[in-house]
Amino acid sequence: MTELRKRGGGGADPDSADNISDKEADGDDRLGLAGDAEGECDGDSKADTPDYPLSTADTDNTPECLNKALEGLPPRWKNYWIRGVLSLAMISGFFLIIYMGPIALILVVMSVQIKCFQEIITIGYRVYHSYDLPWFRTLSWYFLICVNYFFYGETVADYFGALVQREEPLQFLARYHRFISFALYLAGFCMFVLSLVKKHYRLQFYMFAWTHVTLLIVVTQSHLVIQNLFEGMIWFIVPISIVICNDIMAYLFGFFFGRTPLIKLSPKKTWEGFIGGFFATVVFGFILAYLLSQFQCFVCPVGFNSESNSFTVECEPSDIFVMQEYTLPTVLQNTLTWKTVNLYPFAIHSIFLSSFGSLIGPFGGFFASGFKRAFKIKDFANTIPGHGGIMDRFDCQYLMATFTHVYIASFVRGPNPSKVLQQLLLLQPEQQLGIFHTLQSHLRDKGILPPAAVQAE
Amino acid sequence: MISFFFFIIYLGPMVLMMIVLCVQIKCFQEIITIGYSVYHSYDLPWFRTLSWYFLLCVNYFFYGETVTDYFFTLVQREEPLRILSKYHRFISFALYLTGFCMFVLSLVKKHYRLQFYMFGWTHVTLLIVVTQSHLIIHNLFEGMIWFIVPISCVICNDIMAYMFGFFFGKSPKGCCKTWEGFIGGFFSTIVFGIMLSYVMAGYRYFVCPVEFNNDSNSFQVDCEPSELFQLQDYFLPSMLESVTGWTTVRLYPFQIHSIALSSFASIVGPFGGFFASGFKRAFKIKDFANTIPGHGGIMDRFDCQYLMATFVNVYIASFIRGPNPTKVIQQLLALRPDQQLYIFNSLKAHLTEKDLLPALEEAAAA
Repeated sequence: MTELRKRGGGGADPDSADNISDKEADGDDRLGLAGDAEGECDGDSKADTPDYPLSTADTDNTPECLNKALEGLPPRWKNYWIRGVLSLAMISGFFLIIYMGPIALILVVMSVQIKCFQEIITIGYRVYHSYDLPWFRTLSWYFLICVNYFFYGETVADYFGALVQREEPLQFLARYHRFISFALYLAGFCMFVLSLVKKHYRLQFYMFAWTHVTLLIVVTQSHLVIQNLFEGMIWFIVPISIVICNDIMAYLFGFFFGRTPLIKLSPKKTWEGFIGGFFATVVFGFILAYLLSQFQCFVCPVGFNSESNSFTVECEPSDIFVMQEYTLPTVLQNTLTWKTVNLYPFAIHSIFLSSFGSLIGPFGGFFASGFKRAFKIKDFANTIPGHGGIMDRFDCQYLMATFTHVYIASFVRGPNPSKVLQQLLLLQPEQQLGIFHTLQSHLRDKGILPPAAVQAE
Repeated sequence: MISFFFFIIYLGPMVLMMIVLCVQIKCFQEIITIGYSVYHSYDLPWFRTLSWYFLLCVNYFFYGETVTDYFFTLVQREEPLRILSKYHRFISFALYLTGFCMFVLSLVKKHYRLQFYMFGWTHVTLLIVVTQSHLIIHNLFEGMIWFIVPISCVICNDIMAYMFGFFFGKSPKGCCKTWEGFIGGFFSTIVFGIMLSYVMAGYRYFVCPVEFNNDSNSFQVDCEPSELFQLQDYFLPSMLESVTGWTTVRLYPFQIHSIALSSFASIVGPFGGFFASGFKRAFKIKDFANTIPGHGGIMDRFDCQYLMATFVNVYIASFIRGPNPTKVIQQLLALRPDQQLYIFNSLKAHLTEKDLLPALEEAAAA
C-alpha cells in the first residue's frame, strides 16, 4: 500500500529530529509511564512529568489576600477553601453577567472562547516545541478571526436584518458575506502553504490540524451558545446552570457517599456521585425552569429594535412558557391526590436537558481528562486558582451547547420569520408574486384572512 | 481517465453522485491509512471502526440535508422519510454523540496520545474530504455545467502547466513546477474555459438544475435556461474594437463567469497541490496510495480540486443563485399563523411599493 520512504540523497536528513519526537511519543505510550497514575491527585501541586515540562501547576496564582487568610490551615484544607471561594466568585460573576443583559453575555462568551482557544493552542506549542515557528502563532490567530468573522456575520445578518439593510457598507458585506469569509480563509491557507519550511513540515502540519480541530470544537460551540442566547436567555442560563449543578452535586454526592469508581480515566468519579448528581440535577433544572419561565426578560427572543437602536426583550411569551394543565397519570394521581397539575411545558423540556447534562455531559469531561493525560498536563492553564484554566471549567459544557441548539431546532423552534422575510425580498419579483398568491390562498383556507371579495380575484 | 470522465458525464446525475461518493470514500480511506502508518496504530482495532463510523455519520448528515432540500415532495409522501427528515439534525447529532462516547470509553491507558491523534486526524480528514465532496454534489444539482467546467479547468491547468513547463521551463525536464508553466497554464486555462463554456451552455442537459419529478419518479434536466445561459450582446471596449473590427460580440454571461473560475483554478488551485506535496514530504510518502498505476492514489489526482469545489459553491451562492423559492414556501408554511400573517402583510406592502400588485387588490383587502 503506502510506501514510507526516506527522502533519498539531498544532504542530511533534517527531518530526523521530527521523527524522533514522534518516536518519543510512541515510546512513552509503550512504556506506560508512571506519570499517568498521578494525574488526578488533588493535593499535589508539583507536576509529575519527566519528559515534557508541561506542568502548569507549579506556578501558584492564588491572590496574596487569600494566601494570608488561609495561612494557618493544612494544605489540603487550604486547597478546598480556595476552590470553594473561587466557585462562589464564579457563580456570583455568572449572576452579575446575566443581570447586565444580552450584549454583555455575548461579549463574555466571546472572551471565554478566545481564552479557551489560546489555552489549547499554547498546549499544542508546548507539545510540539514549536515556539520557534513565529508565523504559526499569527496564522492560528488569523484563522480564529476568520472563523469568528464568518459566524458573527451569519448571526448578525440573521437577527439584525433591518439594521443591515439601512447601512450601505453593511449591506454590501452581508450580501457577499460568504465570499468574503472564504477569501479571507483562503488567504490564510495560502500563507500557510507559503510558510512551509523545509525542516519543519511535519510540525507545521500538526499545528495546522491542531488549530482546525480546536476551531471546530471551541468556536462552533461558542456560536451555538450565542444562537441559543438569541432564542431567549433562558436557553442560555438553564443549560449552563444544569451543567454547573451536575458538577457540584456529583462532587458532593461522591464526597459523602462515593464508593464505586466510575471510569478508569477519572478515578475520582464514582457511580454514587453520577446517579445522585443525575437526580439532583433533574430536580434542580425543573425548579429553575419553573422560576425563570415567569419573567419575560428571560423567555423572550432577543430582538433588535430598529427605532431605538437597542436590544429589546419583550414579546408575547410563546406556548411553551405559558402555564398549562397536565392530567397526571393515574399512578401519580393516587399517591398525590391531585388530578391535574399546572406546569410550564418548558419544565418538561428542562427534564430532557437535565438528563442530557447529567448522563452525556460528563463524557465531555472524560474527553478533557483523557486529553490532559495524553499530553501529560495537570490543568489547561493556571487562570483560576485552584480550578485550573477556563477550559477546565467549560469542558462539560461542550456537548451541552450543541445539544441545546439541536434540541431547539428539532423540537421547539420553527424557522425564523425575519430570516424567511429576508429571503423573500431577495427573490425575483415574479417569484415573490407567486409566493404571495400561494400564501394568500393558504391563509384564506385557514380563515386567518377574510375571504376574497367578489371583485378581487 | 479522461475518456472515463466523459463516459460518466454521459450517464447522468445519479451516476455522478455515486462516483463522487466512491471517490470520497477512497480518499478518506487513503488518508486514514496514512495516519495508521505514521502512528503505528494498527493495534488499535477500535479505531478503524470508529473512523468509518464517523464517516458514515457525517455522510448521513450531509446527504440528509441535500435530500430534504431537493426531494421535498418525495419525502413528504413517505411517512418514515418524513419523520427522519423532521428530526434529521437530532438523529445525526445522536449518532455522532454515540461515536464520541464510544471513543471516550475506548481510551486505553497506554495509548491516550495515539488515540487523540487519530481522533484529530479523522476529524480533519472528514472536514477536508467529506465537506468538499458534498459541495461538489450541491454544485452538481445547480446544473451539470457547474460540475464539469470547474473540474475540467483544474485538469486542463494541470496538463497545460506541465506542458508549458516541459517545453519552456528552465528547470530539468518534467521535474518541478516553474513560473513559465504557471503563467502559460493560466492563460491557456482561461481560453479553454471560455471555449468549453461556449460549447456546453448551448445544451439544456448541462445547464438546467437537476430536479426530481414526482410523477415520473425520476430525475429530469429540463427547464427554461436562466439568463446566464442566453446569448447576449456585449459592447467591446474601443481598444478591442479597433483590433478585431467587431463592435459587439455575442457571449453567454456564463462565459464571463468562467473566466473567474478559470483564474481561480490556475492561481489558487495549485496551492491545494502544494499543500498535498507538503503533506507528502512531511510524512515522507511518495504517493498517497498505489491505486492508479503511474499516477499514485486517488488523492493525488484530486488534490487540486479541494479548493475549487468550495470556491464554486461560494461563488454560486454569492453571485448567482438567489434563495430557492420552493424552500422559502416550505419555511413559510412551517411558521405559526401570526408569523405568516406578519410576513404576508410585509410582502404585500413591499410588492405594492414596487407596483407589482394591482391597486384593486389593495383597495379590496384594505
